[in-house]
Amino acid sequence: MTQPDPDKMLWMYETMLVIRHYEETLAQVYLEGKLPPNIQKGLAFDIASGPVPGEMHLSAGQEPVAVGVCAHLTDADTVVGTHRPHHFAIAKGVPLPQMTAEIFGKVTGLGRGKGGHMHLFDLPHRFSCSGIVGASMPPACGAALAAKMTGSGAVAVAFFGEGAANQGAFHESLNLAALWMLPVVFVCEDNRWAISVAKEKATSVASNARRAVAYGIEGVEVDHNDALAVFQAAGPAIRKAREGGGPTLIEVKTDRYMGHFQGDAEVYRSKAEVPSLRQHDPIRVLEASMRRQGDLDDVAVERLRTRAQAQVTTAFEFARASAYPAAEEALQHVFA
Amino acid sequence: MTQRKLTMAQAIAEAIGQEMERDPRVFAMGEDIGIYGGIFSATSGLLERFGPERIRDTPISETAFIGAATGAAAAGMRPIAELMFVDFFGVCMDQIYNHLAKNTYMSGGALKLPVVLTTAIGGGYGDAAQHSQCLYSTFAHMPGLKVVVPSNAYDAKGLMIQAIRDDNPVLYMFHKGIMGLPWMQYHEGATTEVPTDAYTLPFGQAAVVREGRHVTIVTLSQMVHKAMLAARTLAAEGIEVEIIDLRTLVPLDTATVLRSVAKTGRLLVVDEDYLNFGLSGEIAAVVAEHLDDIELKAPVRRLGVPAVPIPYSPALEPQVIPSINRIAEVCRALVDAKLKAAA
Ligand SMILES: Cc1ncc(C[n+]2csc(CCOP(=O)(O)OP(=O)(O)O)c2C)c(N)n1
Repeated sequence: MTQPDPDKMLWMYETMLVIRHYEETLAQVYLEGKLPPNIQKGLAFDIASGPVPGEMHLSAGQEPVAVGVCAHLTDADTVVGTHRPHHFAIAKGVPLPQMTAEIFGKVTGLGRGKGGHMHLFDLPHRFSCSGIVGASMPPACGAALAAKMTGSGAVAVAFFGEGAANQGAFHESLNLAALWMLPVVFVCEDNRWAISVAKEKATSVASNARRAVAYGIEGVEVDHNDALAVFQAAGPAIRKAREGGGPTLIEVKTDRYMGHFQGDAEVYRSKAEVPSLRQHDPIRVLEASMRRQGDLDDVAVERLRTRAQAQVTTAFEFARASAYPAAEEALQHVFA
Repeated sequence: MTQRKLTMAQAIAEAIGQEMERDPRVFAMGEDIGIYGGIFSATSGLLERFGPERIRDTPISETAFIGAATGAAAAGMRPIAELMFVDFFGVCMDQIYNHLAKNTYMSGGALKLPVVLTTAIGGGYGDAAQHSQCLYSTFAHMPGLKVVVPSNAYDAKGLMIQAIRDDNPVLYMFHKGIMGLPWMQYHEGATTEVPTDAYTLPFGQAAVVREGRHVTIVTLSQMVHKAMLAARTLAAEGIEVEIIDLRTLVPLDTATVLRSVAKTGRLLVVDEDYLNFGLSGEIAAVVAEHLDDIELKAPVRRLGVPAVPIPYSPALEPQVIPSINRIAEVCRALVDAKLKAAA
C-alpha cells in the first residue's frame, strides 16, 4: 500500500481543514435572515431569505472521500460531484472566491449566480455537479470516453451517494463503462442515509462493490472514514484507469455530520448518532497520525489552521462585496 | 360537518388518510414519505397510522416505483406515488407517459389505472433550475393523464379524494409555496377551513374566486394568491378584476373561462410555468376560437416564465416568476388599452 508522500499528506490535511472551515462558515451565513424575526410570522425558518437562499447540503464528515481521491488527480482530469458538492469542488481546486460568489448568487460566481450551490460548473478545473440524484455517472463516462478517444491520458471520477446507487443511471453507467473499458472511477460515498431512508431499507445488497462485480468491474470497499485509506484505494484505481485498464468502483463508508439539508430536524436518526460519529473525526485522525510520524507539530497545525481560515474569510468577503447580476441577465445564456 | 383551519399539506395528508381507511387497496409510496412524512409534509403522520406496508419509503428508484404503481393499479390496487419534485420526472418519464398515460387507451379501454402521482412544483425560494419548475403543461400535453393543481386546503382535500377515487391516472401537483410549511413563507389564503368529513370536488370545474367586471385573470396554484393581492391594489384604483382558479388542467373548464371573458372583455393569463407552448397559449387559443361570441376590448395578455430556466440568484429569480406588481401593471395596461382605443 503506497502512502502519500509528506507533501501530499499535508495537502490532504490542509484541504480537509479548508473544507471543514468553509462549511462551518457557510452553515452560519446560511442562517442569516432565516431565523428569529420570521418566528413572528409563524415560520420556524425561511428558506428563501438571507444572503444564501434555497436548499443547502453540507458535507462535513465526508472530507476523506474528496481529498483521498482528488489527491491523485490533475487539472486535466474530470470530477463530477453531487448535490452535496463543496468538498469535491474544493479538493478538485475550484477557486473558493468564485464558488462562494456563486452560492451567494453574485455575478462574479462560477455561473454568474445562475446555478447556485448544487450546480457548480468550473471548466478550467473540469468540475461539475447536479441536483439530480444519480446524474453524476453518465457525464463522467462521457468525459472518460472523450479522454479515451483523444488519447489524452486523463481520467474521470464520478462521486455519488449510496442512495444514488439505486438509480437506473448507476446501473447503466457501470455497464457502459465496463463494456467500453472507460477510464472512469466510480466513488460511492456511503454515509448510510439518503435523506431519511437508511441504506438497509433501500437495497438488499450491502455493498456496491459487489454490485460492481456483477458488471465486470472491480469493486473496492473502504470500510472506515479515513483519508489515508481512501487515498490508498483510489491510487491503484486511478492508475489502472489511466493505463487503459478500465473502470473501478470504490465504496467508502463515511459519515454525514449535518442534516440532509440545513434545517433538517433529523427525526429519522437518534440524537446520539452524530456525536458518536464525531468521535472519529477524520481530520483529527489524520492529524494524529501525522503528528506521530513527525510530519506535523503544534506550530504547523496553527499555521495551517490560520491559513485555512484566511482563505475562507477572503472567499466570503469577496462574495459579499461582489455585485448581483443585472436584471437582464435573467434572460441571457439560455443558448451558447 | 365540523370545520377547522388546515394548511394544504395537512389537508392532503388528511384526505389520503381517510381514503386509506375507507379502501384497503389504497396505499402510498415514495422517497421519504414515511418517518419524514414527505419532504413537503403531504404524508405527515400516516406511517404511524398505517405502518410501513401501506406507507412505503422507496429507494431512489423512480422508474421502478412509479412503474410499479402502474403495475399494481393494473392488478387492482389504488396506489399513490410521490415524485418528490416534479423536476425529477426526467428520470422516470418513460413509465409516466408511455405506460401510465397510454395503457388504458392501448388496451382499448380494458385497463383501468387508478394511480395518483403526487409531486411538488414551483419556485420563488432560490432553489434554482432543477428544483423550481411547474411543468404542469408538459403533463397536460400528454393525453391520458388528468392534471390537478389546487390552490388552497379546501380544494386540496376534495380534489385529492376525487383523485384517489378516479379510475384514471391523476397527476396531483402541489406548489411548495402554499403548503403552509414551517420553513417557507406562504400565502395565508391557502390555509382554509376544511370539513372533517371526506368530500369530493369534481374535476373540470374552475372556481371564480373573485368577481369583477374589467379584467379576467385566468390562473391557478400559487398565482391565485398573487392575483388576489394584485386585485386588492387594483380595486383601490377602481379596476375590478375577476379571478378564475382553474383547479384542474385536464379536464379544463373552458366554459367558465369563456363566460368570464365575455363579461369583462379582457383576459390576462397568469402562469408560473414556462410561457412557450404552455397553459397560457392554450387558454388564449380557447378564447381566440370563440371570438365569434366574445368581444374583446383589448388584446389577450400572458404572464409566465419566459423561455429561460429558473435562475438561482435572488437578483434574477424575481425577474422571471410573475410578481404581484407585474400582474397589477399588466391589468392596468389592459384597461388603459380600452381607454386609448376609445379616445
Ligand atoms: C432523481 C432524484 N430523485 C430524488 C431526489 C431528491 N433527493 C436529493 S438528495 C437525496 C438523497 C440522496 O442520497 P445519497 O445519494 O445517499 O446522497 P447523500 O445525500 O447521502 O449525500 C434525494 C432523495 C433528487 N434530487 N433527484
